[in-house]
Amino acid sequence: MNLLLTGEQRELRAAVRSFLTTVNPRDGYAPSGYERLNGELGLGGLIVPEEYGGSGAGHRDLAVVLEETGAALLPGPFLATVFAAIVLGELGAKEQLAAIAAGTPATVGPLWGGGVTESGGALTGEALFVNGAEAELVLVRTPQGVFACRGTASPVETLDITRSQARIRFDGEPALALGELPARASDLIAVALAAEQLGVLRAALAAIVEYAKVRVAFGRQIGSYQGVKHKLADLHCALEQAESIVRYAAWTADEDPEELPKAAALAQAYVGRACFQAAKESLLLHGGIGFTWEHDAHLYYKRAKSDEVLLGPPRIHRAKLADLLEL
Amino acid sequence: MDLAEYRSAARAWLAENLPASDPKTFMAALHDAGYSGITWPAEWGGQGLTQAEERAFAAVARDFSLPTYVFSIGLGMCGPTLLDRGTPAQKERYVRRLLRGEEIWCQLFSEPGAGSDVAGLQAKAERVEGGWLVNGQKVWTSVAQHADLGLLLTRTNVDVPKHKGLTMFVVDMHAPGVTVRPLRDMTGRSNFNEIFFDDVHIPDENRIGDVDDGWSVAVTTLLHERLSISSGVGMSGQRDDPSSFEALSASVDTGDPVVRDQLVELYVRSRALALFNQRLAQETKAGIFPGARGSAAKLLLAELTSFGADLGVSLAGPEAVADGHPLGAALALAPALSLGGGTNEIMRNIIGDRVLNLPPEPRVDKNVPFKDLKVNS
Repeated sequence: MNLLLTGEQRELRAAVRSFLTTVNPRDGYAPSGYERLNGELGLGGLIVPEEYGGSGAGHRDLAVVLEETGAALLPGPFLATVFAAIVLGELGAKEQLAAIAAGTPATVGPLWGGGVTESGGALTGEALFVNGAEAELVLVRTPQGVFACRGTASPVETLDITRSQARIRFDGEPALALGELPARASDLIAVALAAEQLGVLRAALAAIVEYAKVRVAFGRQIGSYQGVKHKLADLHCALEQAESIVRYAAWTADEDPEELPKAAALAQAYVGRACFQAAKESLLLHGGIGFTWEHDAHLYYKRAKSDEVLLGPPRIHRAKLADLLEL
Repeated sequence: MDLAEYRSAARAWLAENLPASDPKTFMAALHDAGYSGITWPAEWGGQGLTQAEERAFAAVARDFSLPTYVFSIGLGMCGPTLLDRGTPAQKERYVRRLLRGEEIWCQLFSEPGAGSDVAGLQAKAERVEGGWLVNGQKVWTSVAQHADLGLLLTRTNVDVPKHKGLTMFVVDMHAPGVTVRPLRDMTGRSNFNEIFFDDVHIPDENRIGDVDDGWSVAVTTLLHERLSISSGVGMSGQRDDPSSFEALSASVDTGDPVVRDQLVELYVRSRALALFNQRLAQETKAGIFPGARGSAAKLLLAELTSFGADLGVSLAGPEAVADGHPLGAALALAPALSLGGGTNEIMRNIIGDRVLNLPPEPRVDKNVPFKDLKVNS
């Protein structure tokens, strides 16, 4: 088992980080930026096999990238497209994988619960889709399997303004059957999300650590008070553990399929909560300024909570862990 | 020899040599077999191997019960300090015997008036003909009742700020004037001691590091202490710990969903720390020294231990606090990890100051001569 980044992965991280320095999470989805992300860095097709035009990278590489896009609160359909690429990869859907590698934004949903059913090759119902209005390829989970289908997307107001969602309605549109969703796809999605959450955690903590070094109260920097310092120390401990879990879970995704389900549930059970805790403490320790619309603290706070419930109520990961541990 | 062979040879050796007749005989045999001081330099009696062999041996050893507790302070703290800061003559004199269990070591830093703030200690060493004369008291000293030698931190200068007037020595625990009195801790056992020094003579050749530079030596020791406490713990089954996830999930009724969720919480925390320790070990092997980040592992271990013991007793119910139940004993022992080797609060200060580089707390003691400082009496 290897929990350290390789030299190549560190280079990948540096390249993505430098690319993302210009991102403003409040700008929303900019198709031109997304095209550059795909074109210059080839990130859209990162885990798409080379034979379909992708980079054929592993989940450890993907985790490195998602940590950075999470830290930058990158708006747009990157995570949704990654989820779709994971599902298509497990289904072996060549044509759609090639489309993603070529830069097509995609999504898959609903990520929790139902709402859409298939009958006679057509879909009916309604569900929430991450970046559902921006996605050109929409994968729909139904009790009858996964389908590709375009419905009518209506954007919804999201708590997290850096990631849009849409309710997509299907009124008998014909759908392309892609097969039954393999359980492994859900685990890989959980690991990918945990990597993003690790990035959000790291960035939220870094923001308050820097602020605690410059903000003065009662004649000294607030980071010198134990009431602040000790909270930040605890969050650092959480960050160290979260990073260790994400590296491990990504390693199982590439190398140890038997351990993957447990590692994926562990990643969501630990990292999801730790991420929100860090974002919350970061906001609170900023004081009143952290409660303002103009400050970014609430963006991390809202992204962290939205991520924590993205795949369902967090209890499902703990319940899955209990089952896998045969409790 | 590849690691798999190394492991199986170690397993065969331990199976053949345990249980042992007495700790010292076992330690000498362990050294003869090449399993004591695995990563220590061969020049001073170690094996000169890598962390990989050390970890492989530790993993195998977890399946056995090794009678090495009395040597743990020497192996974990005093020995590494000697290797870092001792003269060649000192290494020659002490290290091999330490590795063979011929001499048992203890560490004499804390005092009744100086715990977390150990640099505020008052045991004084005065220059006399041929060496030093030590007077004072030390406390919380594990294995001192068995020890032959001690790593002793003393005050040698009161006219300078407190960190700048300390000097480190090796003291003969059998020397005239050394009195060891066992202290009963909250488990009911005597795991540590208080030590009185009355006009104890120490030759100057026993000094580790320069006069008045003892604090930098002590920092080396404390770093090794934290790493030795946190490393390798929680990596596997922990079969001896009644409050581990493995032990509790086997011993309590998991029909109740609340119980299941509490056990999941214990599993999550245990795995999180085990994986962090594994990552630190891999970094160390790759040449990245964890330094102050070891304090995070130590803090997390203290909190996990406390959480597990608390949960274990609560899950087991009234039986857990009767008849010397192992879970009750685990609960009584749990605070040791939060206090020994630096309290949780000190660990958080270290993480804040040295890992996150937060501004230090303003201090009233940093630039004041020790003799003018307010201290505990």
